[in-house]
Amino acid sequence: MTERRDISIKVPVLARVEGEGALDIEVRDGKIEQLNLRIFEPPRLFEKFLEGRSYNEVADIVARICGICPVAYQMSAVHAIEQVFECDPGPWVRDMRRLLYCGEWLESHGLHVHLLALPDYFGFNSVAEMAKQFPDEVRRGLALQGIGNEIIRFFGGRSVHPIGVRVGGFYKAPKAADAAALLQKVQQQLTHAEALLRWSASLDLPDSTQDFVSVATRHAGEYAMNEGRIVSDAGHDLASENFENYFKEHQAPHSTALHCHLDDRPYLVGPLARLNLNHDRLPAAIKSLLHECGIVFPDRNMFHSIIARSVEIYYGLYEATRILENYVVPGLSYVEAIPKAGIGFGCTEAPRGLLWHRYELDAAGRIVQATIVPPTSQNQARIEEDLHNELLAFGLEHDDAALRLRAEMVIRNYDPCISCSTHFLDLRVQRS
Amino acid sequence: MLAELVDIVHFAEAGPVEPDARVDIAFVEGSITTAGELQRIQRVRANSRYLITIGACATAGGIQALRNNANVRDWMAAIYAQSEFIDTLETSTAIAEHVRVDFELWGCPISSQQIVAVIRALLFGVVPLQEQDSLCFECKRQGNVCVLVTGQQACMGPVTKAGCGALCPKFGRACYACYGPKENANPDSLSQRFQGFGLLPDEIAHKFLSINNSAPVFAEAGKKAKENGHD
Repeated sequence: MTERRDISIKVPVLARVEGEGALDIEVRDGKIEQLNLRIFEPPRLFEKFLEGRSYNEVADIVARICGICPVAYQMSAVHAIEQVFECDPGPWVRDMRRLLYCGEWLESHGLHVHLLALPDYFGFNSVAEMAKQFPDEVRRGLALQGIGNEIIRFFGGRSVHPIGVRVGGFYKAPKAADAAALLQKVQQQLTHAEALLRWSASLDLPDSTQDFVSVATRHAGEYAMNEGRIVSDAGHDLASENFENYFKEHQAPHSTALHCHLDDRPYLVGPLARLNLNHDRLPAAIKSLLHECGIVFPDRNMFHSIIARSVEIYYGLYEATRILENYVVPGLSYVEAIPKAGIGFGCTEAPRGLLWHRYELDAAGRIVQATIVPPTSQNQARIEEDLHNELLAFGLEHDDAALRLRAEMVIRNYDPCISCSTHFLDLRVQRS
Repeated sequence: MLAELVDIVHFAEAGPVEPDARVDIAFVEGSITTAGELQRIQRVRANSRYLITIGACATAGGIQALRNNANVRDWMAAIYAQSEFIDTLETSTAIAEHVRVDFELWGCPISSQQIVAVIRALLFGVVPLQEQDSLCFECKRQGNVCVLVTGQQACMGPVTKAGCGALCPKFGRACYACYGPKENANPDSLSQRFQGFGLLPDEIAHKFLSINNSAPVFAEAGKKAKENGHD
């Protein structure tokens, strides 16, 4: 017979997530009666700041939504605006945007795996503690994050709020010699990425399978980043302009992030969802490496998100290598866009998942209205559903410290970027 | 190694959580936008020997300060179905408007060199150097072609603090002032130049009213540009 005691846990700030959030759990008679992931990040109103601004200011402004994934915001924005202007920047720009995105996946996943997620699995409170026992692994992780930053700097001068992206392409094309030097550094990291992938597959991760819907963009010929249709494993296959017909944002009283449902159900976006839907688009060499490591997709264990990120780190380097090997300096690094009125949609794969933008522009190319749906607000309902299932499966008889750690691990699987979604985790368990 | 000379006491994103610890240096990021933060910043000040703001939000209110001249409640209602649940102040304000700030690190984003330099200076017991030159100095030292004079682009370099490495001109584009106003900036003269390039009053205002829109010199210049539009 399980002891049912009245306990209240309060953690003022959830560590190792981006931003500030809180978690309220109410347990009564051994049942979870209420579970709210509260996001208290003050509202950020970016969509309103954009109104009246010129199209050529958007990439610099939306980058400020996130210090970890500014490239994602820039990518969704420029694609949407180019759709309005019927502007096709051509294959060079397309390839370079893919390379830039590889940089952001590497930087963001490298940071999350090593600094935010991994310490939990070894019982450390921070990467600094972990580094004493696993110095090589941590150094390797920082090197993988570092190469991502370097790729972003290659195009944007700096890795946070890079300045190189514009509607129509890039302000400046990197020199061939710089591309060759970067290629060499990227290639050197491939062995690190392979070692990380093998290590992540060997970790003793909790065995916990849940039923959920995965959503990602899917491209006919490649592992989707900037282009593709929005698909789900529940059979959806949509053009990005139809997003709003199926995905509905609504406000929960406990959060400044708007919750998003697909057909009235929570769903998952991000690395695991992408691999569940697009693993067949990985290059043959990566498929055989996954096979060798015993990594199989689709995978319904959210704790395997760390493996999914490791796969995408490897893929990011692999793809960056391919693009850099073929690098040529173009005649022009952008095409001049000609403003016109209309509505455009941009849907790209941020490190944390689908990032959907919609812009209405006037004839001079000024923003009339903007809507931005970030990945964390899409995952928030899924996180709550996961917490509910996972804490029950784990067992509410565990003491508060164990429950809290488990809850935090579940939340970190999603790498929530709370600042993006509108920051903070303050866990209160009410048992009565 | 700098990391061995300091103890990181509170840094939630990296792990350590001690929000009420007494510290030698508190680095504060972000502006004041909620009632809770108004109180929290007083506690941080009381607990810290040096309070240093990092980034445009903490130092100048950030891009978030664009709300300060808007009707926030209307905006909230446009985004949230039930905006009464949202805890927010009408304004986004710099830390220095609420408590004494010892040093300011301008920039969106700041560079790691700025952090390292200020900690090193304090460890040596000297006053940290604060960058006051304009971006133009930094840009000239690099030998970039001037995007304003040669490229006829509306570059904010002449009124912007150096420190970023003159990245935008290096990439052939106009500076957008993410490092805030330099000392003794002359925005009127630059606005006139922009007018000569054919920029409309609203476009000139947007140049000043961006990442550091609430820095007094920029706020004033933006207001003037808008008023010119209504003449």
